Amino acid sequence: MLKKVVSFSGRRRNWVIPYVLFLAFFVIAPMVLIIYYAFTNPEGAFTFANIKKFWVHPEVLNTFLYSVVVALITTFLCILIGYPAAYILSKMESRKAKLIVILFILPMWINFLIRTLATVALFDFFRIPLGQGALIFGMVYNFLPFMIYPIYNTLQKTDQNLIEAAQDLGANPRQVFLRTEFPLSVPGITSGILMVFMPVISTFAIAELLTLNNIKLFGTTLQENIYNGTWNYGAALSLIVLLLIGATTLINREGNSKAAEEGNLI
Amino acid sequence: MIKKALSASYLGIILLILYSPILIIIIFSFTEAKVLGNWTGFSLKLYTSIFSGGIHHSLTNALWNTLIIGLVAAFVSTALGTMAAIGIYNLLPRTQKTIKMVNTIPILNPDIITAISLFLLFVSLGFSQGYITVILAHITFCTPYVVLSVLPRLRRMNPNLYEAALDLGATPFLAVRRILIPELKPGMLSGFILAFTLSIDDFVVTLFTIGNEGLETLSTYIYADARKGGLTPELRPLSTIIFVTVLLLLLVINKKAAKLKL
Repeated sequence: MLKKVVSFSGRRRNWVIPYVLFLAFFVIAPMVLIIYYAFTNPEGAFTFANIKKFWVHPEVLNTFLYSVVVALITTFLCILIGYPAAYILSKMESRKAKLIVILFILPMWINFLIRTLATVALFDFFRIPLGQGALIFGMVYNFLPFMIYPIYNTLQKTDQNLIEAAQDLGANPRQVFLRTEFPLSVPGITSGILMVFMPVISTFAIAELLTLNNIKLFGTTLQENIYNGTWNYGAALSLIVLLLIGATTLINREGNSKAAEEGNLI
Repeated sequence: MIKKALSASYLGIILLILYSPILIIIIFSFTEAKVLGNWTGFSLKLYTSIFSGGIHHSLTNALWNTLIIGLVAAFVSTALGTMAAIGIYNLLPRTQKTIKMVNTIPILNPDIITAISLFLLFVSLGFSQGYITVILAHITFCTPYVVLSVLPRLRRMNPNLYEAALDLGATPFLAVRRILIPELKPGMLSGFILAFTLSIDDFVVTLFTIGNEGLETLSTYIYADARKGGLTPELRPLSTIIFVTVLLLLLVINKKAAKLKL
C-alpha cells in the first residue's frame, strides 16, 4: 500500500492533481454557480427574467454602455502613453530597464484606495474639478503599468536578427518599426488590452471617489446587487461580463494563449 | 543624443505623474492635519503616534490581518502552484493545454467576477465567511501567477538532471528536493513575491469574502474610512513607511542581483 502511494506520488504528472481539484472547486464550480444563479429566481426555479431585466432596465444598461466607453478611452490612452514607454524601455540596457519596470509596478505597494484619495487631494490642490476627466485620469493612472509591462516584455524578446535583416534589406528606421517591430509586438498589446479593458469596466470604488459619487461604473452596479441581496440579478449581470470576456479572449485566442505561455500577463 | 534625452524625459514625466499621489502622501505624512491636503506645519506626531500605540487598535488589527492573510496565501499558492507546474510540465500536451487554459481564468477575470463567483460558492455551501474564506479566495487568484512564473524555469532546465538523480539511486523526493527545487527557486521566489503583493493590494475579492463578523484588512478598513469621508491620518505615515521599506528592499535586491551577474 505504502509502496503504491509512493510510486503514485513519485510520478510527477500526478503532482498536478491537488491543483486540478482546487481549480475545479474554486474556479470552475463558482463559474457554474454564476450561470445557475443567473437563470433561476430566488426560489430556485428556472427563469430568463434576470437577463431580460438587464435589457429593459435603461439605467443599468446605460451604466454598462458608459463603462464600456470609459474602458475604451482608458485602454486607448494606455496604449498611446504606454507603447512609447515600453518601446524606450526595450531599447535600454536591460538592467536599467528592469529597474524602471520595477518602479512602474512599485506604486502597487501603496493601497490603491489611498492612492486614489491622494489623487483627489492632488486635483483639489491644482483646483481641477473632479468628474469625468478625473475619472479617466485615475483609470489610466491605475492601469498603465498593466499595459506597459506586457508590451515591454514582447518588444524585449523580439529577435534582433529580424530587425537587422530589415535594415540590411534597405528599410529605413520608420519602415523597420512599422513593418517589423510593431507587428511583432501586437501580442503584447493584445495581452495589455485584456489586462486593462475588462478590469476598467468592472472597477468599483475608484469611480465614486474620483467623481464625488456622480458617476457609477458597472462594477458598482454588480456590487450593489450582491450587497442588496438580489444575487440572481447580480449573477446575471456578472454573466454578461463573463460573456464579454469570453468573446474578447476568443478573438485574441492566438495571441493570448501565446502571451500567457510566455508569462506575459503581468 | 537628443533622442536619448527625449526618451529619458518621457519616462521621467510618466514616472513623475505616477508617483505624484505617492509624493503627496509622503509630504503630508509630516503634518498633523486631519484632512489630506491641509498643511498645518511640519510635525512628526503621526509617526510617533504609530509607534507609541496611539493609533486605533482596529487599524493595527487590520494591518496584522493583511500581513497574515498575505503570507499564508503566498506560502500556500507557492507550494500548490509549484507542484502544479511540475505536474503540468510532465503532462501530455493536450491535457497540459486544458489545465493552462483553466489556470488563466482567474487572471483574465476582473476582480469583481472572481469575488462574486466565490461569494456565491461560499454562500451556497453555507461556509461562514471569515479568515478561511478570504485566504482561500486569495489562494485562488494568486496560484495561477505562481504557476506562470515557475513553468518557464522548468522549460529552461535540463530534463535529464532529474532522471540522472533517479538513476544514481535518489528517491523521487530526494531528487525533487536536491535537483528540482534549487532549479525552480527563482521562479518560486518571484511567484511568492507576486502572490504576496497581489494579496495585500487586493480589495474587491476580500470585501466579498470577508463576511460581516468584524474582520478587517487594510483595504476594507480604508474603504470604510473613505466612505465616511476621510482617511485616518495615521495611514499616511504608515503607507510612507511601507513604501520606503519596499523601495529600499527592491533597490538592494537589484544591486545584489547585478553584482552576482557581473
